[in-house]
Amino acid sequence: MSLLAGGPVAAPAEGTDRYRAEYERRAAARSAEPAWLGSARQTALERFQATGFPSTREEDWRFTNVAPIARTAFRSAPERDVRRVSRPDLAALTFAQGEGEGPRIVFVDGRHAPELSSSNDTEGLEVRSLREVIAREPQRLQALLGRDTSTGGPFPALNTALFDDGAFVHARPGTVVAAPVQVVFLSTGGDGEPTASYPRTVVVAGRASQLTLVESYGGPEGARYLTSAVTDVVAEDGAVVDHYKVQRESTSAYHVGSMTVRQGRSTGFSSHSIALGAALARNDVDQAFTGEGGECVLNGLFMAGGSQHLDTHTRIDHAVPQCTSRELYKGVLDGRARGVFVGRVLVRPGASKTDAHQTNKNLLLSREALVDSLPQLEILTDDVKCKHGSTTGQLDPGALFYLRSRGLPEAAARSLLVYAFASDLIARVKVKALRAGLERYLQSHLPSPLDGDAKEAAL
Amino acid sequence: MGERRGGGRADPVMLEIQNLQASVGGNTILRGVDLTVKAGEVHAIMGPNGSGKSTLAHVLAGRPGYEVTGGHVLYEGRDLLALKPEERAREGVFLAFQYPVEIPGVSNVYFLKAALNSIRKHRGEPELDAMDFLSLVKDKAKLVDIEESLVKRPVNEGFSGGEKKRNEIFQMAILEPALAILDETDSGLDIDALRVVASGVNQLRSPERAIVLVTHYQRLLDYIVPDFVHVLLDGRIVRSGGKELAEELEARGYEWLQPVPAPGR
Repeated sequence: MSLLAGGPVAAPAEGTDRYRAEYERRAAARSAEPAWLGSARQTALERFQATGFPSTREEDWRFTNVAPIARTAFRSAPERDVRRVSRPDLAALTFAQGEGEGPRIVFVDGRHAPELSSSNDTEGLEVRSLREVIAREPQRLQALLGRDTSTGGPFPALNTALFDDGAFVHARPGTVVAAPVQVVFLSTGGDGEPTASYPRTVVVAGRASQLTLVESYGGPEGARYLTSAVTDVVAEDGAVVDHYKVQRESTSAYHVGSMTVRQGRSTGFSSHSIALGAALARNDVDQAFTGEGGECVLNGLFMAGGSQHLDTHTRIDHAVPQCTSRELYKGVLDGRARGVFVGRVLVRPGASKTDAHQTNKNLLLSREALVDSLPQLEILTDDVKCKHGSTTGQLDPGALFYLRSRGLPEAAARSLLVYAFASDLIARVKVKALRAGLERYLQSHLPSPLDGDAKEAAL
Repeated sequence: MGERRGGGRADPVMLEIQNLQASVGGNTILRGVDLTVKAGEVHAIMGPNGSGKSTLAHVLAGRPGYEVTGGHVLYEGRDLLALKPEERAREGVFLAFQYPVEIPGVSNVYFLKAALNSIRKHRGEPELDAMDFLSLVKDKAKLVDIEESLVKRPVNEGFSGGEKKRNEIFQMAILEPALAILDETDSGLDIDALRVVASGVNQLRSPERAIVLVTHYQRLLDYIVPDFVHVLLDGRIVRSGGKELAEELEARGYEWLQPVPAPGR
């Protein structure tokens, strides 16, 4: 079966054979899956083999060179060994969000680890292993997992072909889930050989339900691995979903994550993406309004140093009238780090009364740090309120002088200004334990530590 | 604290500026400023736009990019120009900014406590704890009629022009400098705000403290009566006098004053 319209079957793109071999190795595991899933996987694999890894000649990847991923011989992680993973590891990764504050489902090297997970007793909420749902009630996933993922690019295709497991989170209509659901993907890095995992997460918020979800990705510092993740979020009419993604992969690891969001009528969706780890990370958010009256908030903070490369691409699709979107991404880059923000807001014909704001602000702390910022507004209708903006700069010398003139040492003054730049995004995190953890992280990654809580309004 | 103040008594000259020359971005602004300020005195430095008033204020506070190309500044007998901005602050120099900087996400009280404790540490005094600091804040807030809610908000963020200026004087009250330089603290203030700010400054006048007011208008000097008035013109002080000089300037403008030739040093 060829996916290249009108052409003969092309030779597989370079570097993709080992992924086909991986696919073949999983044949036994796939045999129990429904035919529609097998077909989707096959299509995705062929798509991936036809295109191969993207090159910087492609518009979508012009700022990010994935050659280090393409040339590494990643293997699937060996049978999961959760003994490698301790609860303190987990606590560090999840910023010590308390256990028992909500259901938590944990995956180690892409495989479900029930012994590290905590149970869910919320009526109307399911938090399960995706594999288990595929085995028992596959029909519930057909619409999401059976669809053609070819528009998402090579990495989501690779995920569809090779995902082994992931989280299935479902809120029944009308369910209000008070505590945040934690979905944790931990990589161990295996025995030193580079490993890969392809976690897949499906989130369905039923009509008029309310759900908060925290996705965390991470691994021990120094470990080399690839996480190629896909998350699909569906907010049915009237649902409210707050989504958080915390990326703290090892700074020797690669992370490519893609999230699709489909928002029905009168839904509220917010996403907070915190990217701190990985040698190279790409984060895609692909959102679309499918019903009127929706509100979407995309917030993000990326902080990188050393030679890290953190790339974010977001797409907001105002396909229908009367929807509002607000986007704010901030980057803090030190050392030789490079950041990329490409944000596209599309207002389709007929999407009148659209109200869209998009902002990207970046702070460069060294001469070698670099950011490419490309906010894009594409407005194909009248009667809309849209604006966007992008700023990139260094610490304001006037502000530095102001602080020093009051007696603060230069390092402390710099820290305070970096904190001031980044902290408003952390302040937007509504999950208290996560917000506190991110505050601590930010403060400990400043040029010099702050003494106490800079936000404290009262003493 | 005894050391510094003790030094002041032994030698009443707090600030001695000798033939100070400075440039900003390659443009020469100060062309030889001489000024002597003693503890307890209030000096007003007046002059038209572009005469170098603000440059002088910033050079004294140590703003990077303001290059001193000649002359000396002695502060309590020490070479002020050799000190970093934060070291000057710890030694008791304070600049009230014409355009205070907004720092979102950092509360005013946090910032001030960090500043005060860094100064106290330098003086060998114990750092203030939260309770002591809070009572100090309550005490000093009255001085400039600043609302406590303003004190707890992020530094200058969303403050009106008048609130920012009041906040500067509030900071001065907390940090208790020996030498306060007020850079156009009156600019943009309505008469009510000006009265409040002036009253705050007047309450901070003391025999141990010197104040240098940089201003464009005589109006401020109706409320803060200076001991000396100096006219800065084209980077030099061309005339000095008592408070009556300010009234003369108000009546006649600056045109009648001519730049003086460089002093023959």
